[in-house]
Amino acid sequence: MEGSAVTMMIIGIVIIWGGLAASIVNAVVKSRQKGTKSNS
Amino acid sequence: MENRPQWGSRAGFILAAAGSAIGLGNIWRFPAVAYENGGGAFFFPYLFALLTAGIPLLIMEYAIGHKNRASAPGSLGKINRRFSGIGWWQLAISFIISVYYAAVIAWAMAYAIFSLNLKWGNDTEGFLFGDYLKLADTPGQLGGLVPGVLIPLIIVWLLALLILYGGVRKGIEVANKIMLPTLLVLFLILVIRALTLDGAAEGLNAFFKPNWDMILSGKVWVAAYGQIFFSLSIGFAIMVTYSSYLSKKSDITNNAFITGFANSGFELLAGIGVFSILGFMALQQGVGVDEVVGGGVGLAFVVFPQIINQLPALNGFFGFLFFGSLVLAGMTSLISIVETFVAGAQERFNMTRTKSVLIGGGLAAIVSILFASNGGLYFLDVVDYFINNFGVALAGLIEVIAVAWIARELKNLQDHANEISDIKLGAWWKICLGIITPIVLGYMMFDNIKTNITDNYGGYETWFVSVYGWGIAAAAIILGIVFALVRRTPANIQASEAKEVSQ
Repeated sequence: MEGSAVTMMIIGIVIIWGGLAASIVNAVVKSRQKGTKSNS
Repeated sequence: MENRPQWGSRAGFILAAAGSAIGLGNIWRFPAVAYENGGGAFFFPYLFALLTAGIPLLIMEYAIGHKNRASAPGSLGKINRRFSGIGWWQLAISFIISVYYAAVIAWAMAYAIFSLNLKWGNDTEGFLFGDYLKLADTPGQLGGLVPGVLIPLIIVWLLALLILYGGVRKGIEVANKIMLPTLLVLFLILVIRALTLDGAAEGLNAFFKPNWDMILSGKVWVAAYGQIFFSLSIGFAIMVTYSSYLSKKSDITNNAFITGFANSGFELLAGIGVFSILGFMALQQGVGVDEVVGGGVGLAFVVFPQIINQLPALNGFFGFLFFGSLVLAGMTSLISIVETFVAGAQERFNMTRTKSVLIGGGLAAIVSILFASNGGLYFLDVVDYFINNFGVALAGLIEVIAVAWIARELKNLQDHANEISDIKLGAWWKICLGIITPIVLGYMMFDNIKTNITDNYGGYETWFVSVYGWGIAAAAIILGIVFALVRRTPANIQASEAKEVSQ
């Protein structure tokens, strides 16, 4: 694979799969925070 | 106490929404569109389209359904009584899509069985059009029914209606919780195998190598917006209906980001898998990857069987995985499409869920028999093209103009979303929906109309395109107007409001 193709593959993976992971983590963290607040 | 059915969990809703968005187009459309529009460079317009149109539209549809707690006609009708016609139009579009989409899933189901003994032989094209579909000689010729399509089609509809009969929580949610993770596992096994084949690197190189010259082309940007728009299940009532089943305090914005990125994440995975396999095929045939690239029905049912024939081992197993993946991706989308008009009929005519599933789903199942005939593929090709371009896209454009400009409802929807969501919406969201999305969708529409007035789609005869293309797209609009104009009796409204949508 050429360098430019590898770079674009990495950019695509980081942004799209990273965006998905970040959205899921955000949802989990926020719901845990809400759970902690309602318990206290 | 609200009677409206609800998702059992937030994860249940996200899986159902992602299951709806992840469909056949993710596997057979995205890789070819990306390759033809700049390869790796396509990611920039694609991501821009996702963030400026895809996710903002998802948030808008989630907010409309969640705030108004009804299917598309009811939810849009609560914004402005006249908008219920847009909702009915979208339901008619969903009905039309469901009748041919089920047929494609039926083909994939049959091919999953054929793959066990590679029944398609060496002439995969001849097998598809001749032995399997028994395609009529000329478009418009109905011919007889093809049992090889009809039997799996009946199975597809029985499965879909059984799931819908189970209701939102016990039917749709449970089915998606099983089917979507299974799809991901099957597809991952397939992609890992594809990556280890000889020639995979060449295929990936062709897919990701950026062609920067194309990034300034308007055609590429329209293709990016089109891909995002058609693959996210927006514009035809699905997301409005699904979000109306969320609990009152459920998040909207973050859910839209997860759905949008999950859909694009699967498309990227499909691109990696498909191009690794195409690289292998190109190497086997001693040709360049550009000579084996394709999309749509041809890629799935002609090219892939050829590739499966050439695999070094476990051909039947990997064939079964591929067509099994198509069945799962298709089923999760089909369920969501049918749910739109099942829920709409239930609310409008105050029916029980059983009745609306039997009548709405049953009617769609009967109409879809048309696509199990000798002429089915021709009808499917034309109806699919016109209902997407002059149904889904046009209804999406009208919906966004109606909500953003006529009702000026964006501020209310923004406030509603911000009240319950983790991620707060700012002015960017209103700019995307009020300016960028209408301009891009409007340009797409103008371009499509211009192209289709100049030339008949697919080289078909004018009468055929007029009746089954323009005619079907117009019929969806007329149905929307008729349903919106038919007045409900006071008794019917009262009963419906008291009951909401019962399980």
